[in-house]
Amino acid sequence: MNPLKWVTSRLVILVPYAWLLIFFLVPFFIVFKISLSTTAIQMPPYDPVFDGTGTWEKIKQLSFDNYVWLTEDPLYYRAYISSVIIAAVSTVLTLLVAYPVAYGMARAPSSIRPTLLMLVILPFWTSFLIRVYAWIGILKPEGLLSQLLISLGLISEPLQILNTNTAIFIGIVYSYLPFMVLPIYSALEKMDYSLVEAAEDLGCTPTGAFWKVTFPLSLPGVIAGCFLVFIPAVGEFVIPDLLGGSATLMIGKTLWNEFFSNRDWPVSSAVAVVLLLILVIPIVFFQNAQAKAEEAGR
Amino acid sequence: MNTTWSRFNILSVVVGFSFLYLPILILIIFSFNASKLVTVWGGFSTKWYVSLFSNQGIMDAAWVTIRVALLSASIATVLGTLAALALNRYTRFNGRMLFSGMVYAPLVMPEVITGLSLLLLFVAIGFDRGFWTVTLAHVTLTMCFVAVVVQSRLVTYDRSLDEAAMDLGATPVGTFFQVTLPVILPAVVSGWMLAFTLSLDDLVIASFTSGPGATTLPMKIYSQVRLGVTPEINAVSTIMIAFIATGVVIASIITKRQEVQRKRDERMAMAQP
Repeated sequence: MNPLKWVTSRLVILVPYAWLLIFFLVPFFIVFKISLSTTAIQMPPYDPVFDGTGTWEKIKQLSFDNYVWLTEDPLYYRAYISSVIIAAVSTVLTLLVAYPVAYGMARAPSSIRPTLLMLVILPFWTSFLIRVYAWIGILKPEGLLSQLLISLGLISEPLQILNTNTAIFIGIVYSYLPFMVLPIYSALEKMDYSLVEAAEDLGCTPTGAFWKVTFPLSLPGVIAGCFLVFIPAVGEFVIPDLLGGSATLMIGKTLWNEFFSNRDWPVSSAVAVVLLLILVIPIVFFQNAQAKAEEAGR
Repeated sequence: MNTTWSRFNILSVVVGFSFLYLPILILIIFSFNASKLVTVWGGFSTKWYVSLFSNQGIMDAAWVTIRVALLSASIATVLGTLAALALNRYTRFNGRMLFSGMVYAPLVMPEVITGLSLLLLFVAIGFDRGFWTVTLAHVTLTMCFVAVVVQSRLVTYDRSLDEAAMDLGATPVGTFFQVTLPVILPAVVSGWMLAFTLSLDDLVIASFTSGPGATTLPMKIYSQVRLGVTPEINAVSTIMIAFIATGVVIASIITKRQEVQRKRDERMAMAQP
């Protein structure tokens, strides 16, 4: 390799690498560091730790109080548990809605498939906040859904959906639907349909052929889609804040309130560290799946 | 996979797409509602759009948002394209695992974590919060999306084109700008647009990293939504949706034209004896 080529290759790697190290990886260590400090009324609102002077003295001052606090106050662990449950239920619901859509798209005539694909991607370009906001007008008691159902005579009382967990499920399924449809679609689209025909010729029922042939072949897409929905949904803030009620506990909202309302930076850092620990396993799985897809594409 | 498109298939696609599009459609329709009640139709009116343009707070926020989005999307496109090249071209270098991890993790990382960690970084290095901190935060998030988009294009890129250019004496940089970039340009452009819209839409990371005088449009919308649904918010939302939809449609027309042009050029080149 000639020297010019070598220098160029190093630069191509180094510039984005350095950027991500500084702005993505280093900040996590700062979050961890501050989660070990104590709250103080000053700006920034915490006592400094690890500023390089008198290392041993400083280490003795490290405080795990914030983590102890997280285990003592039921608010926090209940928020973690309920976030994971809400995210898991929403992921399953999203899969149930997305799979028939992706399957229908993959079976569509190839001439209209690019248009369908475009139509799934387009909502992703419109603001998340606006799309969640749109549901408030639909779900509130005097909103459009209640009006419609009352005028059809299906219900007599206005619906109480807004500010409940049901509204959060609807919000997550709606907002994350394209993330589930796209990977499943791309897995199904690549599939050789003659395999299903072969299974049916050999005496498999259409349902049997679906579960024995189609579904297993679409599994990589299903798994990728589930990660893409589950991981961000656990830490979701906008949806529980706008659609959920005051009784809804989700950790993203707890972190936000701890930071913006209570101005308790060390506790919000501890909340973030624990959230990250919960998500690190699904994130690693997701990255392995991505790396495998990248390998396969090469 | 090209067989019959059954009724069930058609129905599930139609139901799925109605679910995706009806809420947005309703939101747009009610932005033209004369009544102040967002759920009762009181006749057609454009008065909310008129009142919007005299709302100084919203106009200022819109201007900040557009500047942040233009700048951050442009930097993110350069960095994201470099990251995609690094991942695609160099399969072995020290710390490649960490690098690809750092490219993919921000895609799924909850925004509250990214926002908080960036804020603490800016405080730790004593960087005043405002326009620049939001821009840097958005570059970090969106460059990863650009990297994924460009990387997926590079997978199908024919590397022998580059080798031919190098054999003919082009420098690596010259090869990139004269050979590689023109071919992958549609992916780079859609990466830029994705970065632009992500920056335009972001509420959580902007709220953490912003400071006085740098309120973005989503922050403004959020603070008003908390006070209740108003037709004015519907009007801002409609303008944002129209703005982005127009951009996406224009970009897809341009890339399609380029594709047709490129195919024609290729045929012409083949036809030359």
